[in-house]
Amino acid sequence: MSPLDFIADLFNPDLAFLPRALLIAVMSAIVCGVVGCYVVLRGMAFIGDAVAHAVFPGLAVAFVISGNLVLGGTIAGVVTAVLVAIFSQHRRLKEDSVIGVFFVAAFALGIVIISRAPGYAGSLQQFLFGSITGIPDRDVYIVAITGLVLLMAMFLLHKEFVAVALDREMARAIGLRAFWLDLALYVLVTLAVVISVQTIGNILVLALLITPAAAARLLTDRLAAMMLIAPLIGGVCALVGLYVSWSWDLPVGGTIVLTLTAVFLIAWLLAPRHGLLARYV
Amino acid sequence: MSEVLAVENVGVELGKRLVLRDVNLTIDAGQFVGLVGPNGAGKTTLLRSILGLLRLKTGRIQVAGAPAKPGASRVGYVPQRHEFTWDFPISVQDAVMTGRTRRLGLFRRPGVADWRTVAEALDRVRLADLRRRPVGELSGGQRQRVLVARALALRPDVLLLDEPFTGLDMPTQELLGDLFAELGKEHAVLMATHDLAAAMHTCDRLALLNETVVAVGSPDQLREPRLWMETFGVSERSHLFAALGLSVETARM
Repeated sequence: MSPLDFIADLFNPDLAFLPRALLIAVMSAIVCGVVGCYVVLRGMAFIGDAVAHAVFPGLAVAFVISGNLVLGGTIAGVVTAVLVAIFSQHRRLKEDSVIGVFFVAAFALGIVIISRAPGYAGSLQQFLFGSITGIPDRDVYIVAITGLVLLMAMFLLHKEFVAVALDREMARAIGLRAFWLDLALYVLVTLAVVISVQTIGNILVLALLITPAAAARLLTDRLAAMMLIAPLIGGVCALVGLYVSWSWDLPVGGTIVLTLTAVFLIAWLLAPRHGLLARYV
Repeated sequence: MSEVLAVENVGVELGKRLVLRDVNLTIDAGQFVGLVGPNGAGKTTLLRSILGLLRLKTGRIQVAGAPAKPGASRVGYVPQRHEFTWDFPISVQDAVMTGRTRRLGLFRRPGVADWRTVAEALDRVRLADLRRRPVGELSGGQRQRVLVARALALRPDVLLLDEPFTGLDMPTQELLGDLFAELGKEHAVLMATHDLAAAMHTCDRLALLNETVVAVGSPDQLREPRLWMETFGVSERSHLFAALGLSVETARM
């Protein structure tokens, strides 16, 4: 299918779900790209993964009681993030162990809850691997507004996040509240994950957070540039991935992730200063 | 000269373990004090107490006449180099500006006056030429100076240096030592270090710490080997004394 056919389909009233899915995929990829910069620079990929899994029971509950998915996912993700933050204060346990305990527990809870719902297998697959159909109109607005709030919050807290990421002890010494800033960051990651889950799925959403930011890191040594390049890569890959998925009838989440991975590999090979070619040629 | 830093009868427990007891130490502006002692003596704990990060069991710490409190006291902290995320994509001047994050306040961006302060701090540590360079591309000595500039960007009353010489070669140590001595002429500087020879050479005064301050004085006043034996728990045969140029024999006579 040529790109022109794809554009025609986007405006076909019988396929109204397609532009909705495209909008949501691109918007969530942009937001995840920006949040992902902090996740990558702080080495919190595992926390990102944890939060992504942890939203699942909330989505399941919302699904079972026909409630709001974004709200349900957010509550579950934030509760897990708070639990991890609190339990990590315990000296005997390292943060990654605590995360390992809670996110699998949350995921298990989600599976048990959703098994109680009618049409279990279909909805489970939709949650795990994403889907472009069945997204209500209202969700486009929810994602857009949530995304804008997230970007705004990151813009406002940027210098505090940077100070804590650079040197936590110094940040505390000058009077920044590192614990609350960490919690704020976890909440932002959670929200970014929740708005992305519908199209790309719960398991693959990690790629939206990590891959664009990691590729951008290879391309620049400036944080500001990184935070522009990452959402650009995410947004473009979401668009291309959806197009490829629609043309060849492939699962949308998987296709977007593979597109992102391809861009990451290209960046790894060709990056101007840190790339493989630049180093060995 | 006035007392800028006053540590009075300070005791600190970390998880039920007594780490500091009855510590007394005062530093005036224009004094460069070396804090020396064996591993586990409580050097870092004392620095963190002065930053106001730990709850004191006893005593009090005053900075420029007010109780030490994060964000309120002007204490410039130069942590050990490994505390800082050097692979972060940030330029030297932006990294130094992070020292002013709290001073700027929430939701505010740096203004002209802030950038001027950062430029002055970079001038002081002689990194002005490298201000746009990513921090990951700096050498060990340059990195140490970035951390000093970041502390200076707060226009501190007290400067705390934690093991600044670790892992640096001799010429770099010497340049840094000169810089610290220079800063010690204006600020009250407290430097925790394992490098006893450098401390003897560059500091105005030394504080020997092992749970409590065993002795404070100028390097000349601390020639009594017994003090060092008590602080470091070493015998009179230790090569420490040869390294410091102290004679154990004279002490015995």
